[in-house]
Amino acid sequence: MIVAAALKSKENIDSRDCRYLAMLAFYNRFLAPGNTLMNPPQQSAAGTLPDSASHHAVFGEDRPLRLDCGVDLGPFSVAYQTYGTLNRDRSNAILVCHALTGDQFLAGPHPVTGRPGWWNLMVGPGLPLDTNRYFVVCANVLGGCMGTTGPKEINPRTGAPYGLSFPVITIADMVRVQKLLIDHLGIDKLFCVIGGSMGGMQVLQWASSFPERVFAAVPIAAAARHSAQNIAFHEVGRQAIVADPDWCGGDYLRQGRKPSRGLSVARMAAHITYLSEAALHRKFGRNLQDRKTVTYGFDADFQVESYLRYQGSTFVERFDANSYLYITRAMDYFDLAAEHGGVLASAFRDTPVRFCLVSFTSDWLFPTPESRAVVHALNAVAANVSFVEIESDKGHDAFLLDEPEFAATLSGFLNGCAEHRGLS
Amino acid sequence: MKRDHVPIRVDLQLIADMVEPNARVLDIGCGDGALLDHLVHLKQVDGRGIELSQAGVNACVSQGLSVIQGDADTDLKNYPSNAFDYVVLSQTLQATRDPKGVVAQMIRIGRRAIVSFPNFGHWQVRWHLLTQGRMPVTHSLPLKWYNTPNIHLCTIMDFVGLCEELDIVVERAMSINGGGKTGEIHSLRRANLFGEQGMFLLRRR
Repeated sequence: MIVAAALKSKENIDSRDCRYLAMLAFYNRFLAPGNTLMNPPQQSAAGTLPDSASHHAVFGEDRPLRLDCGVDLGPFSVAYQTYGTLNRDRSNAILVCHALTGDQFLAGPHPVTGRPGWWNLMVGPGLPLDTNRYFVVCANVLGGCMGTTGPKEINPRTGAPYGLSFPVITIADMVRVQKLLIDHLGIDKLFCVIGGSMGGMQVLQWASSFPERVFAAVPIAAAARHSAQNIAFHEVGRQAIVADPDWCGGDYLRQGRKPSRGLSVARMAAHITYLSEAALHRKFGRNLQDRKTVTYGFDADFQVESYLRYQGSTFVERFDANSYLYITRAMDYFDLAAEHGGVLASAFRDTPVRFCLVSFTSDWLFPTPESRAVVHALNAVAANVSFVEIESDKGHDAFLLDEPEFAATLSGFLNGCAEHRGLS
Repeated sequence: MKRDHVPIRVDLQLIADMVEPNARVLDIGCGDGALLDHLVHLKQVDGRGIELSQAGVNACVSQGLSVIQGDADTDLKNYPSNAFDYVVLSQTLQATRDPKGVVAQMIRIGRRAIVSFPNFGHWQVRWHLLTQGRMPVTHSLPLKWYNTPNIHLCTIMDFVGLCEELDIVVERAMSINGGGKTGEIHSLRRANLFGEQGMFLLRRR
């Protein structure tokens, strides 16, 4: 009975998918792909793509990694991408930490979607993260689904996908894994750790856990803890996934199913939080989708509806539902002050790290006061900190988009740091 | 790190000359970062800035300076005591809501404080008010009463009085006249009449 119902709704989503195909042409013409809602990613400013290479490293074979939840994990693998060349002193490495649904493919065509990498506008020759000058590393996070060990990978002990037997991970666990990678690469001190959103949380964790290994830190559109509202949004997404019968109690991979509807609803809800009312209004208003009047039904009458449905349907092609559960949980658990007796400043005592925080005026997911709270904590320990709020109506996603003042901030900060670090 | 000397405003140069190389400096109201840039590159100081205007902050960070958006009135309390060798407040005191509180905070977080401000006791100001009966508009106070950010103007003598009230030691007192000529203040009354700007190097007792 349940199976039949599931199959029936599976057909529904399939027939809807056909309609998506028609919409797809529209979106490909008028809208930017993937996360980059409003501005299509352009070729890098210099017009060339950075040299990049895909890598894989295995850790925890001899000594497993003790996670925050108390589980010892190992062996596990880390998939990472590098751009540019490590200099002789190994002093020009920038670690980029990706966001919740990001991955290690910063620039150049994505191997799954074929679209430009998520930070194509920032990483490349002549761009703020100049690959002629810096060695840029980005690793898929622990718990992810683009090659690093996560719930969809095979547990070597059982020969089956981890599924929900994968341990619950934290932002600090992700950073521990990245540190193993940086050790593995023979990099004593990262020139910079940079990232937006969840990536920014990792940056703060890096600066707090391994201050001596970081010269500069750039948390963008981030916070030192996940707010109640953000946990609430994540919970909506998770509930959408677990309510999908195809989720099968997390065991969908073994059962040959895929909770696409749940994951796509989770993405749709989350996507709204990445934008802003102004941006949605500017792009869609109340415009109707390929029709002159409303249909008095529940089809996607409005462009904004089809846009969201499209975002949901493409997301499920590249993302694993259980990974979504695990990674959102890691963000929810993040509270840097709590690790330090409730005093955020204690997370950064005597820090030698140079910080640059960036927020965006229309970001209501990680609003400016969250960044300002970190700035105040850093002031309290007299840390070297810059803080810039960028005027933008593009919401949280602004850090992925073409914001010239943001790019100028990153370039300026990195140049200043390079000068202090003695990088040519 | 060394770079050729780029001329800066005479009052900023005067401040720069007071700061020792390699010092830790906080510049409150750092504007476009002219002083900070000068100090960082010519005196190798560890320089930080606070600036109210976002445009100013973005300009500073884009040139590699460590500057945050912030307000002298509210944000100085976040800094620990003795965090800096010098805390600089150049041409900003008169625009703060609580000048006394700001000076007290400066002297707490810095070993020394440098404060410069337009002198409302300057003879041109007095003359303007005396002869025209209207709020003075002068070289160092170019805006009208209704659009000026300057809400707490004071004279050099007023400022010395504030320092006494706060039990602050004035290590150096200087004035800048209209022609950009600078000099140590020997006679307060004279400086209060002829100095267009006052500049003070302060420390805790």
